[in-house]
Amino acid sequence: MSFPLLTATAALPALGAIATAAVPAARRTAAKWLALVVSLATLALAAIVLVRFDPGGDRYQLTESHAWIKAFGVRYELGVDGIAVALIALTAVLIPFVILAGWHDADPLETGNTRWRPTQGFFALILAVEAMVIISFEATDVFLFYIFFEAMLIPMYFLIGGFGDRAHEHGEETASTQRSYAAVKFLLYNLVGGLIMLAAVIGLYVVAGNFSLTEIAAARANGSLHMATNTERWLFLGFFFAFAVKAPLWPLHTWLPNAMGEATTPVAVLITAVVDKVGTFAMLRFCLQLFPEASKWATPVILVLALISIIYGALLAVGQRDIKRLVAYASISHFGFIILGIFAMTSQGQSGATLYMVNHGISTAALMLVAGFLISRRGSRLIADYGGVQKVAPVLAGTFLIGGLATLSLPGLAPFVSEFLVLVGTFARYPVVGIIATFGIVLAALYTLVLYQRTMTGPVKTEVARMPDLRVRELVVVTPLIVLLIFLGVYPKPLTDIVNPAVKQTMSDVHEKDPKPAVEAAK
Amino acid sequence: MDNLIALLVAAPLLGAAVLLCGGRRLDAVGHWIGTALAASSFVIGVVLFADMLGKNAEHRTLTQFLYSWIPVGGFQADVAFQLDQLSMTFVLLITGVGSLIHVYSIGYMEHDERRRRFFGYLNLFLAAMLLLVLADNYLLLYVGWEGVGLASYLLIGFWQHKPSAATAAKKAFLVNRVGDMGLSIAIMLMFTTFGTFTFGPVFEAAGGASEGKLTAIALMLLLAACGKSAQVPLQSWLGDAMEGPTPVSALIHAATMVTAGVYLIVRSADIFNAAPDAQLVVTVVGAVTLLFGAIVGCAKDDIKKALAGSTMSQIGYMILAAGLGPIGYVFAIMHLVTHGFFKAGLFLGAGSVMHGMNDEVDMRKYGGLRTYMPITFVTFGLGYLAIIGFPGLSGFFSKDKIIEAAFAKGGTEGWILGGVALLGAAITAFYMTRVMLMTFFGEKRWQPDENGHEPHPHESPKVMTIPMIVLAFGSVFAGGFFSIGDRFLNWLEPVTGHSHGNPPVSALTVTLSTMVVLVIGVAAAYAQYGRRPVPVVAPRGSLLTRAARRDLLQDDFNHVVLVRGGEHLTRSLVYVDHTLVDGVVNGTAASMGGLSGRLRKLQNGYARSYAVSMFGGAAILIAATLLMRAV
Amino acid sequence: MNPVNYLYLAALLFTIGATGVLIRRNAIVVFMCVELMLNACNLAFVTFSRMHGNLDGQVIAFFTMVVAAAEVVVGLAIIVSLFRSRHSASVDDASLMKL
Repeated sequence: MSFPLLTATAALPALGAIATAAVPAARRTAAKWLALVVSLATLALAAIVLVRFDPGGDRYQLTESHAWIKAFGVRYELGVDGIAVALIALTAVLIPFVILAGWHDADPLETGNTRWRPTQGFFALILAVEAMVIISFEATDVFLFYIFFEAMLIPMYFLIGGFGDRAHEHGEETASTQRSYAAVKFLLYNLVGGLIMLAAVIGLYVVAGNFSLTEIAAARANGSLHMATNTERWLFLGFFFAFAVKAPLWPLHTWLPNAMGEATTPVAVLITAVVDKVGTFAMLRFCLQLFPEASKWATPVILVLALISIIYGALLAVGQRDIKRLVAYASISHFGFIILGIFAMTSQGQSGATLYMVNHGISTAALMLVAGFLISRRGSRLIADYGGVQKVAPVLAGTFLIGGLATLSLPGLAPFVSEFLVLVGTFARYPVVGIIATFGIVLAALYTLVLYQRTMTGPVKTEVARMPDLRVRELVVVTPLIVLLIFLGVYPKPLTDIVNPAVKQTMSDVHEKDPKPAVEAAK
Repeated sequence: MDNLIALLVAAPLLGAAVLLCGGRRLDAVGHWIGTALAASSFVIGVVLFADMLGKNAEHRTLTQFLYSWIPVGGFQADVAFQLDQLSMTFVLLITGVGSLIHVYSIGYMEHDERRRRFFGYLNLFLAAMLLLVLADNYLLLYVGWEGVGLASYLLIGFWQHKPSAATAAKKAFLVNRVGDMGLSIAIMLMFTTFGTFTFGPVFEAAGGASEGKLTAIALMLLLAACGKSAQVPLQSWLGDAMEGPTPVSALIHAATMVTAGVYLIVRSADIFNAAPDAQLVVTVVGAVTLLFGAIVGCAKDDIKKALAGSTMSQIGYMILAAGLGPIGYVFAIMHLVTHGFFKAGLFLGAGSVMHGMNDEVDMRKYGGLRTYMPITFVTFGLGYLAIIGFPGLSGFFSKDKIIEAAFAKGGTEGWILGGVALLGAAITAFYMTRVMLMTFFGEKRWQPDENGHEPHPHESPKVMTIPMIVLAFGSVFAGGFFSIGDRFLNWLEPVTGHSHGNPPVSALTVTLSTMVVLVIGVAAAYAQYGRRPVPVVAPRGSLLTRAARRDLLQDDFNHVVLVRGGEHLTRSLVYVDHTLVDGVVNGTAASMGGLSGRLRKLQNGYARSYAVSMFGGAAILIAATLLMRAV
Repeated sequence: MNPVNYLYLAALLFTIGATGVLIRRNAIVVFMCVELMLNACNLAFVTFSRMHGNLDGQVIAFFTMVVAAAEVVVGLAIIVSLFRSRHSASVDDASLMKL
C-alpha cells in the first residue's frame, strides 16, 4: 500500500493544531513558530501532491479508500482531480501568509494571566480550518465531505467571534457586540445551509444507496441510476443552497461583510480566500456531477443571481465607508463571476472559474493583508480617516495599489486571465449575460481606485504623518503574493494544464460541448 | 532578426522593474538607466527597420512566438509578436520620441525627489505601448492597451499630493475602462464568431462573417478607440490629464498613447472595410471630435489645456481619416507620425515655458517671452507652423491629404466631412495663433506667485532644449520627406491597402481652399489677440466661450448624470442591503427569538408543572394508541 | 380470585400516586407517591405474569425494585441535602433551574 499522501496533507495541520493548542501559556512565540512550521510543512506536502499529480492521467488520483460506517455505506474516500489540486495548493500557499500576517493579532491584551492562552488558540484554530478545508477538497465521499464542510464552521466561529479587530471606532464594547453578532450570523447562515444540505445528502443516499461520488456519478453517466426529474431537482437545490450560502451568492451574502468587517484581517482572508472557495468548488464537483440535468434546469436563475451579485456587490463596494467591508462586497462581486463561469457550461467558463478561485484567493489576500497592515497602524477601518499615506509609506501604498490593480483585473496580473476566461466563456453561450457582466470591470476600477485615492493620495493627514512603512515581516508576507500574482498573470499555463482535463471531464458529465464559432477561421 | 522583437519590449520593461523595485539606492543614477534602456530600445528598432528596408514589401513582416499564454479548449492566446510596416512605424515613433522625452525629463524633473520613480513609470509606459503595437493578437494587444492606461494613470497622478492630480488620474483610468469594455466585448465577439482573435486568421476570415457581426465588432473596437484616443463621447479625461508632468503630456497624452485608437482601427482595417455602417460612425465620431476639440482649444487660457484640446482635434482628424477606409488609412498614420513630432515639440515647449515661469500655466500671465527664451520660441514656433499646416511643413502634407481624402469619400458625405475638416483647419489656425500670440508676443503680463516670487523667465538647460530642437526638425521636414515620391504611401500600402476614392474637386483646389481658411483663421486670431492687449483677467465672454471653457459642459453632464446618479444609486443600494436583504434575515431571526421567548414561559422551573406535562403527554399517547387500535 | 381485580387495584394505586406527585409540595411525600406508582406497576407486572403464565413480569418486577432502591438512595440524599441548605422540603422552592 502506498503512502497515504492526501490523508497526510490534511492530517498534518490537524495534528499541528492539537500540538499548537497544547503549548504552555507562557511560550506564545513557540506556538507561533510551531504553527508556521506546520503550515510550511503542509505546503511542502501540497507541493508533492502537485508534482505527483499527472494532468494526463486518471480523473481522480492519489486515491485512498477505506470502509468507515458500513451500516450506511459511508467510506473514507479521498482523491483529487486538477481542480482540487489547484485549490489545495492555494490553501497551502495562503495559510503560512495568514499566520505570518496575524503574528501579533492574538497577543493577549493583559499579560500576567498565566492560564490565558489566546495566541495558542488562534493559531491552532487556523490550522484546524486548514485541515478541514483541505480534506473537503479531497473527499470523494459525499458524507465525508459534508462532515468537514460543516465542521469547518466550529473553528471559524471561534476565530470570528473570539479574536476581533482591535481597530474599532466605537470602542471595545461595541466591537465585542458586533463581533458576536457577526460570528452568530456567520454560524446561523451556514448552519441553515448545511442542514438543508444534510437533508439532500440523506435523500441522495435513499435514492442511490451509497455516498460515493465516483460510483454515483458513474452510475448516473451510464444510466444505471435513474432519478425522477423532480427528485433530482430537489436534491440539487438542497446541495446548491448550502454552497450558495458559503460562496456567497446574492441574496444570501449578508453574513460576509459582517464577518469580514469584524474579524481580524488574517481571519477575513481565511474566510474569503480559502473557506468560501469550498462552496464554489463544491458546486463544480458535486452539483454538476451528481445532478447534471437539474444543473442545466437551474442555470438561467443561477446566472441571473450571479449577475446580480456581480453588479450589486460592486455597487455596494463603491458605497462603503469601511475598508474591510469594501473588500467584502468586492469579493461578493467576484464570487458572482466564479459562479457565472461555472454555470456558463463552457470549458472557458469553468477553467476560468477555477483559475478565478485561485487568483481571487491570492489577490484578495494581498489586498486585504496590506489593508490590515494599514489599519493596524492607524487603528481605524474608516476610509475617511486616511489620506496621503503614499507620501509617508510609499512601499505600503505601492503594494496596496498592486493588490487593488489585481482586484480590478489589470491585464498582466493573474485575475485578468481568469476574469477574461469567465467572460468569454459566458459570452459564448449567453452573449447578453456576458455583456452585462463586463460592466463589472468598470465598477471594479471605480471602487478600487476610489479606495486608493481616498486613502493613499492627497495631502497627508496629521494622524498618518508618522506612519511607518512596511516592516520586514510584512514584506515577507506581501512580496511572494505579488510575485505569484504577476507570475500567474504572465504565465498561467502550468495552472491551466492541470485544470483543463478536469474541466473537460466535468463538461462531459453535464453533456455539454463548447459552442462552435460562427465562421471557422483558417488556422 | 525575429528574436529581436521581444527585446524591444524587454528593455524598457527591465528598466521599469529595476527602477521601481530598486529603492533609494538608485536615486542618483535612475534617470540614466531609464534613458539608456529607452534609447537601446530605439536602437533595436532602427536595426530592425534597416533590416526591413532591405527586404521586399511582401517579406517584411516578422513574427516571433514566445509561448502559449492562455490555452483553454478552443481559446488559444499566445504571447507572440508581429512586426510589420505599421508596427514598425509606431515602434520608431514611440521609442524615438520616447527617448527624446526621457532626455528632456532629466532636466525637467531635476528637482523632484521622486525622479527615479518617474523614469520607472516612463519605461513601463514604453514597454506597454510597444507591446500594444507589436502584439499579434487582440488579447495581447489588450494587455498593452491596459498597460498604457496604467502607466498613464500613474503618471497623471504622479504628483499625488495634489487632490486634483489624483482625481484626474482616476478619471482617466475609469473613462478608459469604459473603452476597454468595448475592446473586451470585441474580443469576445471575435472569439465566438471566428474562434480566434489572432490578427492573421481573423482578417482572413472576416469576409465570411455576417455584416451585422462585423459591424458589432467594429463598433466595439471604436468604443475602445474613443476611450484611449479621447474621442467624443469618452473625451472628458484628456483635459484633466494635463495635471501630470509636462513630459508625460507630451509623450503619452499627445504623441503616442492617445493615438493607439487610430492604430487599433487601422490595424483592424479588414473588419472595418467589411462594415460600412461602422465606418460611417467612425467618420462621424472623428468629425465631431475634431470640431469639439478645436472649439475647446479656442477658449482655454491654460496653455496645456489649449494644447490638449488641439490634440483631441488632431486625433479627430486621424480617426476621420481611418473611418474613410482605404482612402484614408495611410494618411491617418502619416498625420499621426507628423503630429507626434510637432505636438510633442509644442508640449515640450510649453513645459520649457512653465519651467521658466514658476510652473505658471495661465497664458494670460505670459506675454513677450520670445526674447527671454529664444530657442523655445523658435522650436515652438516651428511646431506652431507645422500644426496649422503652413505650406512645406509636416502638418501641411499630412492634414491636406486627410482633407482631400474626406472629399474623396464622395457624395454628400464627402462634402460634409470635407467641409468639417476644412472648418477644423480654420479653427486650428485660430487657436494655435492665439496660443502663440498670448505666450510669446505682446507685452509682459507676469505676476508674482502667491509666495511673492517674481518669475524670472530664462531659457531651459541644454538637456531640455536639444530634444525640442530635434522634434522641431521632425516638425519641419518629416511631412515633406514622407510625401516625396509617396514614400510613406508605398511603405504602408502593403499592410493597409490604398485607394484614391473619387475626389469631386482637384487636389489643387483643396490645397488652395485650405490655404484660404488658414489665412482667415490666423487673421482672426491676430485681430483679437495681436492688435489688442490681452487682458490678464479673462473677460466673461459669450455663452459659447463660457461653455467651451467648461469643456462644452461635458463634465457638468457627467457629474449630474453619472456621478450624482451613481452616488444616489449606491447609497440607496447600501440602504436596501441593510434594511431589505439583511432585514429579511434579521426579521426571521427576530421572529424566531420572539417565538422562543414565548415557549420559554413553559419552562417555569416547577417540577410539578413538568410532571403535569409528562402525565398529559403520556395520557395523550395512550389515548392515541387506543384510538388507533379501535380504528 | 379473578386476577383482573389486581389490575384494578394497581390502576387505583397508580392514580393515587400520580395525583400525589402532582398536588403535594413536600418532597418526601412526592417521593413516596413516586414509590407508590412504581409499586403499582410492580403489582401490574406480577399480575400479568400470573395471567400469562410466564415469569417475565416477575423478573421485571425485581428489576424495578432494584432500580427503585437505587432511586431511594439517590433521591433521599438529594432531598436531605436540599433540606439542609434551604430548611425546606418544598419542591416549589427548588425552581432555580428555569431559564
